[in-house]
Amino acid sequence: MRFTVERRLRQPRWLTFAVPVGSLVFAFLVAALVLLATGHDPASSYRQLFDAAFLSKGSLDQTLIAATPLAFTGLAAAAAFRMRIFNIGAEGQLYMGAITGAAAGLYLGGRGGPSAFVIAAMVVMGCLGGAVWAAIPGVFRAFFGASEILTSLMLNYVAAQILTYLIFESESYWRQTKGFNATVFPTGKPLPPSALWPGLSVHAQGGITLPLGAGFALLTAVVLWVLYRRTRFGFEVQVLGDSLGAARYAGVRTRRKVLAVMAISGAIAGLGGVSQVGDFAHAVDGDPNGLQKQAYGYSGIVVAALGRYNPFAVVVIAFLIGGLDNAGNTLQGASFPSGLVGVIQGIILFCALGGELLVRHRVRLVRRAGTPAVAAAPETAP
Amino acid sequence: MNNSLLIVLIASGVAYGTPLLFAALGELLAERSGVLNLGVEGMMLVGAVMGFWTVQRVHAGAAVTLILAVAVAAFAGAAVALIHAFLVITLRASQIVSGLAVTIFAGAAGLSSYLGNDLNLADVPANQTFHAFFPGTMQNWPIVGPIVFGQTPLVYASWLCVVAVAYYLARTRPGLNVRAVGEAPGAADAMGINVVAYRYLHTLAGGAFAGIGGATFTLAITPQWVSGITGGAGWIAIALVIFAFWRPELCLIGAYFFGALQALAPELQARNISLGPTELWTNSIPYAATVVVLVVVSSRSGRRRLGAPAALGVPYVREE
Repeated sequence: MRFTVERRLRQPRWLTFAVPVGSLVFAFLVAALVLLATGHDPASSYRQLFDAAFLSKGSLDQTLIAATPLAFTGLAAAAAFRMRIFNIGAEGQLYMGAITGAAAGLYLGGRGGPSAFVIAAMVVMGCLGGAVWAAIPGVFRAFFGASEILTSLMLNYVAAQILTYLIFESESYWRQTKGFNATVFPTGKPLPPSALWPGLSVHAQGGITLPLGAGFALLTAVVLWVLYRRTRFGFEVQVLGDSLGAARYAGVRTRRKVLAVMAISGAIAGLGGVSQVGDFAHAVDGDPNGLQKQAYGYSGIVVAALGRYNPFAVVVIAFLIGGLDNAGNTLQGASFPSGLVGVIQGIILFCALGGELLVRHRVRLVRRAGTPAVAAAPETAP
Repeated sequence: MNNSLLIVLIASGVAYGTPLLFAALGELLAERSGVLNLGVEGMMLVGAVMGFWTVQRVHAGAAVTLILAVAVAAFAGAAVALIHAFLVITLRASQIVSGLAVTIFAGAAGLSSYLGNDLNLADVPANQTFHAFFPGTMQNWPIVGPIVFGQTPLVYASWLCVVAVAYYLARTRPGLNVRAVGEAPGAADAMGINVVAYRYLHTLAGGAFAGIGGATFTLAITPQWVSGITGGAGWIAIALVIFAFWRPELCLIGAYFFGALQALAPELQARNISLGPTELWTNSIPYAATVVVLVVVSSRSGRRRLGAPAALGVPYVREE
């Protein structure tokens, strides 16, 4: 008796929902075992976690703050990964978007233009910054054949160094150089009022503010869905993802498409960066223990994978993972084990990745090598 | 003379380069068998915390304790690598996503921090640490003193590992088999090589090396436990494997070069030498140089002579 794994010819639709949900449940069970093994009470830890993430007063505000950047980086990863272009540079593209977007906000906001105009300019500049940074590995991939996986990963660190340099090691345009605080600890120059992004107040849970960035993220999800499902461009890119050769024979300009997908992915990550500045930080955060510690870009890839690269699922998952992140930050302390949130997120991911096999393949028990216990025929039925 | 900038840089390059070298050797073994593991940072941190835990809890002679600590670190790193191996080899999950998941699971906000907290390891000095192996008089010899004789036993062990891995990959039957598995798993399978077993073993070996690399921090370089103590060394190690064209002997040179770059900024500051935005370029060079190397090895002639294992990142499925 042994197990064999066969590729499914058809993927039943219910499985694409059942497997992620099953993985999630399974993951929480495994994490409960970890908690038990180290002498914590799983039930109370989970209750604390859930309360701090979604239920207690003001928790949803914080969860939205954690989830918005994850939605952007998740969508950025989904936009590329779906087409088998593995842009893992969302981290660096987010920093670049934050830098260029903040420049627009500082410059135009300082001249007293109308707020809508300043914000629009920030969005455009942020997208541009991310897109240009993503285009570097894009060009290397399209014209030199260098794997975008590793080049985009490396450029994250270069971007992080630039970000730190602008605030900590130079007197750049982005750095606050006036005032008493500036001499104590280096910080970014605060954005002028007209460059701050407004939020939408909702009367629930004692007042929740929906950040403008969260709205942009939803809009981005819709645009991505339309772009990839309803346009010629999306179709061509999809063919490219499935088979480079087929796309080339069909006359698709493959190099341009690779570059375009990288730029789109980078632009979304860059928008996440400028939303970070406009919505939440209100200045460029160059502290290596600040924005960079959050690792939104890397978590975004995981969010995208959990959402199976579907833009709408990505937004939902970003909200859930953002809730976990927020709970981890709030609870960190004596009664709650630090690092637990990372452990749970990791286990969820492992389960989801393992579950993916069940969507694409079927596992069956075989009596002896080569002779299936069950006839393989029904699988081909329409 | 031993205080001249160059000597100090080389000596600290060797010291700081050692964790990079261990981790890179491990990643090299995994990648040569066709498995890309982006979880190095996470595996290093788990190795670092478990190695430190061992020296705090085991009360035996210094040598025994330290050897045990390194063994525990290697075991812990391999245990984390096993998750990655199972996901990508048996379950054929995406190597990129799985590797990142390993880093999230085990990294600075995950298991390593959880363990450090749960085992009460933070903010205490290490009971045992690695010291320079040779007597003080030899360490004062000009040039070779600080560079060669001023190092901890872990450094000498890493040299042995480089020789061993280089010999293994170039001169032994299993080593040649690994390369076959990484370049053309189908052909290797047809030759009767067990592709799955080779990939498992080398991914685990990669985890073990990463664990030792992490323990180099907590047992020798900064002997204490702080969450996230490796500070991104795992990512530099991944860069280093590429920078060294997937060759162990070049890993050694690259590791010391990257290590010396890390030491350069504080050293220049201490000597009041200004070379522009020092930290910006010293910290960026490892990554920027790796990008350049990647572009070079991807060219048509480079790919054949210097390039990555052809099946790197590709799951092997026999029947498809």
